[in-house]
Amino acid sequence: MFKIIKTSQLQLLAMLTAMFLIVVFFSFATDGAFISPRNVSNLFRQTAIVGVLAIGMVFVIISAEIDLSVGSMMGLLGGIAAILDVWFHFPIMLTILITIGAGLVLGLFNGWWVAYQKVPSFIVTLAGMLAFRGILVGLTDGVTVAPTSSSMGVIGQSYVPSGWGISIVLLLCLGLIAKVFRRHQAQKKHEVVNQSPKFEYLKAFISVVVLLVLLALLEGYRGIPTPILIMGVLILIATYVAKRTAFGRRVYAIGGNIEATRMSGVNVELNKMFVFGFNGMMVAVAALILTSRLGAGSPAAGNMAELDAIAACVIGGTSLAGGVGTVFGAIMGALIMSSLDNGMSMLDVPTFWQLIVKGAILLLAVWLDVKTKKSQ
Amino acid sequence: MKQPLLDMRDIVKSFSGVRALNGVSITLRDGEVLSLCGENGSGKSTLMKVLSGVWPYGTYEGEIYFQGKQVKANGIRDTEALGIVIIHQELALVKELSVMENIFLGNELGSFASLDDERMHRRTQELLAQVKLNISPDTLIRELGVGQQQLVEIAKALNKDVKLLILDEPTSSLTNNEIEILLRIVEGLKQQGIACVYISHKLDEVLALSDWVAVIRDGDHIATKAAVDLTQNDIISMMVGRQLDELFPREPHDIGDVILQVNHASAIQAGASRPQVDDVSFSLHKGEILGIAGLIGSGRTELMQCLFGCYDGQYQVSIELEGRSHSIRSQRAALKAGIAMVPEDRKRHGIVPIMGVGRNITLSILDNYSTGLGAIDEAKESHDINDSIARLKVKTATSDLAIKNLSGGNQQKAIIARCLLTKPKILILDEPTRGIDVGAKYEIYKLMFALVKEGVSIIMVSSELPEVIGISDRVLVMHEGRLKGEFGYEGLTQEKIMNCAIKEAVLA
Repeated sequence: MFKIIKTSQLQLLAMLTAMFLIVVFFSFATDGAFISPRNVSNLFRQTAIVGVLAIGMVFVIISAEIDLSVGSMMGLLGGIAAILDVWFHFPIMLTILITIGAGLVLGLFNGWWVAYQKVPSFIVTLAGMLAFRGILVGLTDGVTVAPTSSSMGVIGQSYVPSGWGISIVLLLCLGLIAKVFRRHQAQKKHEVVNQSPKFEYLKAFISVVVLLVLLALLEGYRGIPTPILIMGVLILIATYVAKRTAFGRRVYAIGGNIEATRMSGVNVELNKMFVFGFNGMMVAVAALILTSRLGAGSPAAGNMAELDAIAACVIGGTSLAGGVGTVFGAIMGALIMSSLDNGMSMLDVPTFWQLIVKGAILLLAVWLDVKTKKSQ
Repeated sequence: MKQPLLDMRDIVKSFSGVRALNGVSITLRDGEVLSLCGENGSGKSTLMKVLSGVWPYGTYEGEIYFQGKQVKANGIRDTEALGIVIIHQELALVKELSVMENIFLGNELGSFASLDDERMHRRTQELLAQVKLNISPDTLIRELGVGQQQLVEIAKALNKDVKLLILDEPTSSLTNNEIEILLRIVEGLKQQGIACVYISHKLDEVLALSDWVAVIRDGDHIATKAAVDLTQNDIISMMVGRQLDELFPREPHDIGDVILQVNHASAIQAGASRPQVDDVSFSLHKGEILGIAGLIGSGRTELMQCLFGCYDGQYQVSIELEGRSHSIRSQRAALKAGIAMVPEDRKRHGIVPIMGVGRNITLSILDNYSTGLGAIDEAKESHDINDSIARLKVKTATSDLAIKNLSGGNQQKAIIARCLLTKPKILILDEPTRGIDVGAKYEIYKLMFALVKEGVSIIMVSSELPEVIGISDRVLVMHEGRLKGEFGYEGLTQEKIMNCAIKEAVLA
C-alpha cells in the first residue's frame, strides 16, 4: 500500500520537478524573457491545442488502444469548420455544433472498427490518418480556406475579460480548498484512515499558489487566453469523467484486463467505442481552436499532431500497456513539450536540434518510468 | 562420502510480506531422483524457481551449492550453464518452428551467418532416439501431441549437457502410455548419472521413481525420507497435515426444488472435428452444490461458458431458470438473469491486476452506485467494499492496494465477492481452489456452505476429486463433451469418478 502511494506521488513529483527545472533553465538562459507575462501567455496558447488533443488521447491509451488519426482528423474537422464559416457563412454556434458533431461521428467510426470489428486500433487509425487527410485535400481542392469570420476568431485569439478571469480562478481556488476539506471531513466521519493528509493539503496549497501566480502573469499581459479557459474546463470535465464516473472506471478496467472486465458483465465494446467518440469530440475542439488561431483552414493543418498528443500522454505517465494514466499528467506532458519548443525557439536553437531534444526527452521519460517500476 | 551434487540450505522466500518458503533444505547426489510433494500453492514451484534462477540470487535468503560451489545465479541462463535445466508445466516450445529448430534455439550450431544444418540434424536424430521419439527433426511442434512435446523438451535439455533435470508435473496431461515412456526415460537418465527433481501429484509414480521424497506444506519443509520407507498414505498425511474430513467442512443444508434446467447444451469450435460439449442436459436444485468432474478437455469449462454466455465458438443451449426460459448470449445477460461465474483462469479472466482490491470487487455492479451525471456514489461503494472484505476475510492492507499484490487465495476471495455483489441465484465456480493455500481453501468451502444455506445454488467444476467428493451434494462426470454419470456424494469414491471419467458410461 505504502509503495503504491509513493510511486504515484513520485511520478507527480518527478514531472513537477522536470517542469520546474525547465522553467528555471530557460528563465536564466533568456534573462527572464521566458517568464515574462507576454511569453507565458504565448506558451499557454501554444499548449492549448496539444493539451486538448492529449485529454482525448489519454482515455484512448488508458483503454490500451492508440489513435494515430487525430492529426489528420483535426485537419479535416478544422477544414470543415473553415468551409462552413468562410464559404457558407454559417452562424458560429452552428459551425461549432456541426464540427463537434462531426468529430463525434468520426471518433465513433474509428471506435466501431476497433471495438466491434476487432481490427487493431493501430491499423484502423493509420487508415484514418491517410483517409481523413485525403478527404480534407479533396474538400478544399488543396487550397487554404480563408479568411475566417471575426466571430470564429474569438475561439482561439481572444482573451477572457479581466473581471471574469479573476473571479473564475478565485472560484477554482475556493473549490479546491473546499474539496480537500470536505474529503478530510468525510474520512473522519467514516473513520477511514487517511494515508497522507499532509500531502493532500500540500498539494492543494501548491495548486492554489500556482494558479494565482499564473493568473497574475496572464493578467499582466492581456488576461486569460480563451483557448486556455476552454482547455481548463475540459480538464475539469475529463478528470471528473476519469475519476468519478462509472464510465471512467470501466475504461481503466478495460485497459487493465479486458477479458476480466468482460467477465464482470461490462459492455467493453460499447465503452471502447465511446472512448473513441469522446476523443473525436476533443479533436473537434482542438480543430476549432486551430482554425480560429490560423484564421484559415489549411490542407496541411494538424500534420503529425497525433505524435505530439501521444508523446504528451506518455511523458505524463500514461502506460501504453493500458490501465494507467491521468488527465492531469497528460496536460503536464503537453506543457513540458511546448515549454521545450517555446524556450528553444527563444534561444534560436535550430529546428533540427529542437526535434532531437524532444525525441530524447520522450525516450528519457519512459526509460525513467520503466526503471523506477522495475526497481520496486 | 561423496559431496552432494545439489545442496540447498534454509531457503526462505517472501512475496510482499507473505512467506512462500520457510527454510527449506534439500540435497541430492548424482543419479538420484528426488520427488517434491505438496499441495498446490505449498511452495514447490517457488522452490524450483529459486533453484533455476528465475528468482535471482539476493531475492531469497539461504544458500545454494551445486557441485560444491555456491550458486549466485542472475537468471535462468546462469543455471543452465551449470547444467540445471527446468521443464515447466506450461511447455516453452515455439509452435511454428520445427523440432530441430526448437532444440537448438539460442544454441544454434555453425556461424552467425550460416547455420550448420547438417550437424544439427544429425544431433537432433540422436537426441530423439535417446528419448524414444520416432519423428523427423523437421516436424513442426504444433503437429505434436502434448506428450511428444514434453519429450522434445527433455531432448532439448539433454542437448545442453544437463546434470540436474527438474520436471514440474510432467505427466499431468499425458496418457498412460506416454507416462510409461517418460518414466523409462528418467530411469535411463539416472543410469547416466543425471540427477532429477520430480514434481508430481501422482504418488504411485513418485514412489516408483524416486530415491527420496521431500514434502512441503505451506512453505514449511515437513520431511525428506527415503522412498522405500514410505507409502502413499504416509505422503498424503504429511502433505495435508490433517484428515480429509477436517479438510472439507461439510455442513447439513436443505435442498429445494429444481431452480435451473439446462437442456441440450452443445458447443463446437470452428474447424473442430468433434463438439466440445455434446448435447448435455442437467438440472440444479435450489441450495444445492453440484460438482462437475472430468478430465481436462472433457468439456466441463466449456459447458459452464455456455451457461455464462461466453463460449468462444458456436453453441446452443436452452436454459430455464426458475421456470422462465432465458437466452444468454453474453456475460451481461447471464449476470442479469442471476448467474454469476468465478472463472477458471484467475489471472486472465478474473482480476484487473493493477486496480485496487475494492475496485475489482465492485466492477460488476457499478451501475448500482450511479448518481446524477454518471458519477459513482463513493460512500455507498466503499461501504459495500468494506462489507465484502470483512465477510470473505480478504486479507489486504487497504482496499486501494493493487490486487496483483495479494496471494492467490485472497484474489480468489475478491473475485467471489464481486460475484456475490450481483446477488446471484446461481453461482458457478470453475476450479475455485486452484493454486490456493489450504487455509484459504477451507474458508472458501465454509463460504460455499453458508451460501447454499441462504438459498444460492452452486455449480462447482473441479479437477481435485477429494474436493468434488468432500463438498458436492451431487456429482456429474463428463467425458469427451458428454455427460457420463451422475452420483450422490454418499459412498462416492475417487475410483468411481475416475472409472467414469476415463472409461465407459455408468448408469446412475
